[in-house]
Formats: sequence, structure tokens, C-alpha cells
Amino acid sequence: MGKNEEVKLLGIWASPFSRRIEMALKLKGVSYEYLEEDLENKSSLLLTLSPIHKKIPVLVHNGKTIIESHVILEYIDETWKHNPILPQDPFQRSKARVLAKLVDEQIVNVGFASLAKTEKGREVLIEQTRELIKCLEKELAGKDYFGGKTVGFLDFVAGSMIPFCLERAWEGMGVEMITEKKFPEYNKWVKKLKEVEIIVDCIPPREKHIIHMNKMAERIRSA
Amino acid sequence: MASSDVKLIGAWASPFVMRPRIALNLKSVPYEFLQETFGSKSELLLKSNPVHKKIPVLLHADKPVCESNIIVEYIDDTWSSSGPSLLPSDPYDRAMARFWAAYIDEKWFVVLRSFLKAGGEEEKKSVIAQLEEGNAFLEKAFIDCSKGKPFFNGDNIGYLDIALGCFLAWLRVTELAASHKILDEAKTPSLSKWAENFCNDPAVKPVMPETAKLAEFAKKIFPRPEA
Repeated sequence: MGKNEEVKLLGIWASPFSRRIEMALKLKGVSYEYLEEDLENKSSLLLTLSPIHKKIPVLVHNGKTIIESHVILEYIDETWKHNPILPQDPFQRSKARVLAKLVDEQIVNVGFASLAKTEKGREVLIEQTRELIKCLEKELAGKDYFGGKTVGFLDFVAGSMIPFCLERAWEGMGVEMITEKKFPEYNKWVKKLKEVEIIVDCIPPREKHIIHMNKMAERIRSA
Repeated sequence: MASSDVKLIGAWASPFVMRPRIALNLKSVPYEFLQETFGSKSELLLKSNPVHKKIPVLLHADKPVCESNIIVEYIDDTWSSSGPSLLPSDPYDRAMARFWAAYIDEKWFVVLRSFLKAGGEEEKKSVIAQLEEGNAFLEKAFIDCSKGKPFFNGDNIGYLDIALGCFLAWLRVTELAASHKILDEAKTPSLSKWAENFCNDPAVKPVMPETAKLAEFAKKIFPRPEA
């Protein structure tokens, strides 16, 4: 902040994993150079910086490389200390981390698996996804955002992945996954997210994204 | 802090349960160890971790903390003034520790666990080759993180040492089953020395299962048809 920091982010426009990093950098007011990657044709830069995983997002800060979205988010929070992303209280911090893991492991698994099935096989996966989203619903009770009065770590992780990625895929398939009736807190949270400039600025454009998610679902189904 | 304030639900054979136990030892925090019976889950576990129903679960003044690496960070944050810090102070070094801990759980351990379930010789050979490749990455990670000191965390055991070290007893059981040294001083000298130092640490010794006892247990839970 105020220093001449060199920050680069390698990402993909449709990926919730790099979108959430952009949200965090915007919250901290950190300027960065964004480099769009093509998964079909990975850049030599990506392969050099992330030789084991070869995945985005990759953050480069003054020549140092950080990979894995959760690791990057915590790095950003610890490097630029204003506008905290993670809760200050250790117990709240642990809950945020556990739920972030739930989103990126469990919900992502059943969520993307649900795209692969035709209507017949889908019901079980849809129910499993809803059960997991109930955990998030519970956590939102009495709060504007997961972070409390302002957006934070879990808002970025869950927000980038569910309302602004998976829900677009489900919409494309005609599945009403997270109804207002059954998930009032979740739906209230999504409405509030859409009022936050840094979130709105950092999500993929809606129509283009729905088309992209449809294509991805078709690819998964025909695999 | 009264020891009744801190409880840990776990089991002696679980490497994941070892993680918070080592961390609590390093911080000199007394705790009550609630041993789960293999094959069944207690009411307390089901109530404390209703989503995953898995151990370990730390109960601190009855508040549950789940997920072994997350519990270790919680312990470090909560008892920050007690004992050495479990993570380095520099944000980049902390990121490296967290990155490698995630790699260990998502890639390395998945491969290790698959050996005891592996079918034929071909499959077993492939698993060993993958583990040895992983060890080569970890050797380099150790050299980078330790910066000449005995542990990933420097002078003292920390988060990443715990994340990997908890698997050493299971690694030895796997080596016995494979009749092959997977962690080899010739191939990964620094990592091998680290493993020896880790196992001898006073915070680790009381909670590291004996290889023979663990091997017997493994035979029970991974019944193998005779070759």
C-alpha cells in the first residue's frame, strides 16, 4: 500500500477460483496486472510458475509465486492488513475455513456431478447439494454476509462458486436448486452481494457465463 | 486453563488425530482425550461434527473445531503466547506451509493410502513410484522451507512438520507391506533426517503409534487375500 508493489494474477474469466482472488485484491485496493490463461493452451509462464499443478489462479507478488486459491486469499489478508478478509476471532476463523472447504470440496463435487446426469440420475445429487447448502443457510442466520456487516473470505469463496457459477449452470439446465422458500437466508445474501461493487465488478458476465456453463455441462455429460 | 475446558475426540491410530495432539503438546495445553471405538461413532462426535461425522474434533469450552489442519491453526491462534509459533511469521513462508500441507493431504496421502488397498503387483509398483516422486517434491520443499534448520518450521516443529510427520507411522507400515524403503536416505537425505528428528521430538513421541501395533491394526482394517 503506497509502495511500488508488483502484483500479477493469472486466471480464467469463467473460473470462480480466480474471480475470488480479484474480489480480495479489490477489497484491499491492490492494483494488479491480470493475465488471462487458456486451459487448452497453457502459457509457458503458467507452466513455469505452477509446475506441479499447472492450474490457475497464480498470484505473483514482487516475484514470489503463490498458488491454491485459499492459500492466496490468506496470503493477501496477511500481506495487506487493512480491510480484513478473515474473521479476527480464532473460532470464527476456523468456522470460515471449514465452510470454505465444504464449498470447494463437497459442494463442488456434488454440484458439478449433478451437471453430468440426465434428469433421471440427477435427483439424488440435487438433494445432496441442497443438504450441503443448508450448512451455509444456517451460518447466514442473523447476518448480512458471512463476514458479518461486510463481505469477507467465505463470501468470496461461496459467492464466486455458488450464485455466480454453479447456479448459472443449474439455470441453464432448468433446475431450481436453491429456492427462496427453502433457503431464505441464502437468497437474501445473494441479493445483498449484488449490491456490493467489488463483487459485481468481479463476476463473469451473466449471459456469456450461462452459455459457457451449458457447454461445460454438455462436455461432462458426453464424457 | 482447566483441562476439562479442552477435549479432543479421536482415535490412537488416526494420523489426522495426531495433528492436534502434537499441537496441544507443543503449546503445553492439557486436554481430555476422548477415544472413539473403531467401527462406531459416539453421540458426542455426531453432535459435534454433524456434517462429516469425522475425527478429530476439538472441543474448546464446548465449541467444536473440525478438520485437523484447521484445528492446528486454531490452536496456534488461541494459545499464541504459549510455546513457539506453529507457522512462520512471514506471509510468503506461511503460504508455502499451507500450500504444501494441502498438497500432502490432496495428493501425497491419497497415494499412500491407496497402497494398502492396491490389488496386483503392477498397481503397487505404480503407487510406490508416485510416492517417491512426491517425496522428491517434499525433499525440495523441506530444503526451501527449513533454510538449514532441522524442521520445515525452522528450529521447532510447526504446522507443516505436523501435517507430514503424522503419516510417518503409516508410511513405515506401508514400507513393511511393500518390503521396500519408500522414504530412502539415499534419494531424500534431508527429508529422511527430518523424519528421524520429528519422531524423536518430545511432543510427538507420546502420540506416535508403534509400527508393530499399527501394522496389526492395518491387517484388521485392510484384509488382504493371500497373494
